[in-house]
Amino acid sequence: MNSSATINQAQNKRVWALLLLLFPALLWLTILYLGSLFGLLWQSAYRLDDFSGQIVKQVGLHTILQLFTGANFDIVLRTTTMAITVTIAAAILALPLAYTMVFHAGKRQRAILYVAILAPMWFSYLVKVYGWRVLLSREGLIYWVLDKVGLAIPLDTLLHSFPAIGGASLAASFLGMFLVFLYMWLPFMVLPIVAALERVPQNMLNASADLGATPWQTFRKVTLPLTWPGIIAGGIFTFSLTLGDYIIPQVVGAPGYFIGMMVYTQQGTVGNLPLAAAFSLVPIILIMLYLSMAKRLGAFDAL
Amino acid sequence: MHSNSLRHKGLFLFSYAVIGFIYLPLVVIGVYAFTVDDITFAFPPTGFTTHWFSAAFARDDMWQALWLSIKVAVLSSLIAMPLGTLSAIALTRLDYKRKDMLTTLFVLPIALPGILTGLAFLNTFRGLGLTPGIMTIVIGHATFCIVVVYNNVVARMRRIPWSMVEASLDLGANYWQTFRYVIFPHLKSALLAGGLLAFALSLDEVIVTLFTAGHEKTLPIWIFNELFRPRERPVTNVVALVVMLITFIPVVLAYRLGSQDD
Repeated sequence: MNSSATINQAQNKRVWALLLLLFPALLWLTILYLGSLFGLLWQSAYRLDDFSGQIVKQVGLHTILQLFTGANFDIVLRTTTMAITVTIAAAILALPLAYTMVFHAGKRQRAILYVAILAPMWFSYLVKVYGWRVLLSREGLIYWVLDKVGLAIPLDTLLHSFPAIGGASLAASFLGMFLVFLYMWLPFMVLPIVAALERVPQNMLNASADLGATPWQTFRKVTLPLTWPGIIAGGIFTFSLTLGDYIIPQVVGAPGYFIGMMVYTQQGTVGNLPLAAAFSLVPIILIMLYLSMAKRLGAFDAL
Repeated sequence: MHSNSLRHKGLFLFSYAVIGFIYLPLVVIGVYAFTVDDITFAFPPTGFTTHWFSAAFARDDMWQALWLSIKVAVLSSLIAMPLGTLSAIALTRLDYKRKDMLTTLFVLPIALPGILTGLAFLNTFRGLGLTPGIMTIVIGHATFCIVVVYNNVVARMRRIPWSMVEASLDLGANYWQTFRYVIFPHLKSALLAGGLLAFALSLDEVIVTLFTAGHEKTLPIWIFNELFRPRERPVTNVVALVVMLITFIPVVLAYRLGSQDD
């Protein structure tokens, strides 16, 4: 009885010591960060008076409901579609790349590939956006190559005839914007998939092969299910980063607002903070939806 | 066997094509930093010069922006290193039913779009009547820097043989001594790597900074302005190239520190 009380006491002391260590960062992240976040989201309950241009501090759904009206809802749809497309495309590119690194590359080759993918993640984001703008412009490298092979005019015709992907030229089209988004967030998809593939137990793959499965069957039935958590984890980044970006749609791409740009202009030049806050709610809700869907699809079961 | 090697080759071909895609715009920036043409970016460039390097280095506003960026990055990583490390130690060892909620909190600043962090802080600073300046920039940056350091140290914490810590405590060392002589030596390189990555990330951050900086110009904001209102376009390329090389140093160091103890 007595000794268990001492153990309890020692344990309590340990817990308190750990909480003390956690305290400064927790204070920062809850009060400063979460506090600010809730403060911002709260603004979406207010509304902007159309005549006076003043913010009316009256709690209501007026501003949130504005999200569902014509042009605003188009922005939400446009951004969400782009985020989903970019996430799927990133997974399609990243999976074979990660698979090659983990199962086909030698130790040295793997290290080289790993650094080659990791390094550009740390190169200036703006510089990369800028590089693409230069690449995609009418005088740029891509059009130059397309011109040489006679594809520049067909491409422009294509971009003109499909407004969903198109625009005036590659640098002013959704296709161009999609490429830049895909490019920018691809490493965020590759790395978690590599980590997931590395955890696939070799004896499971051996067992599958021993039992007569073809490599493709083994991939479908064993490797891929175990990789899902990695794909989902990478998707959080590709999805969230696309939803919130306000620079890429400004520099590259067809006219038409994205959520991030809308947030930026509404709070800035327009001075409609409530609507900016309402638009900021969209990524949060979509990311929560994404996570719950991933959970339902069993993405985390294999963890 | 034949199809096996064909698949092998196909996979490698694909992988190198993706890597090529990743490096294409970086090469373009490198090439255009030397172009003689300062109006369009026609391909192929009509000629090469190193003139833009001296033009870039002569720009006072560029140096001021760089200096501010370095101050911000240093301060942010100095805040993030102790906070991230201590919370990583605590969260790996804490037995608590709701720990999930706490670990989620520690990824939130990078899992949610940066625009939310930026606007949320801006709103708070306005409410508190804080003038935007270096401190407000640092608060924004330190928030995600804490997460970066935390992630690095957590990965290391999971690999520390905890029996050693218990042995130290059993043998009468106090918490501080145990931290100083047992835990810290294990964490040192991960902590430093996390700090360097935080530094690199802060040096490059623009999404949050545009909201929290007010009239101050960090280097990425300077570059951003140059992109839209270029005075001398190739100068932007030169600065971009130099920033790329500068950022590379802490990242390579961090990578080496991270892998040296494996």
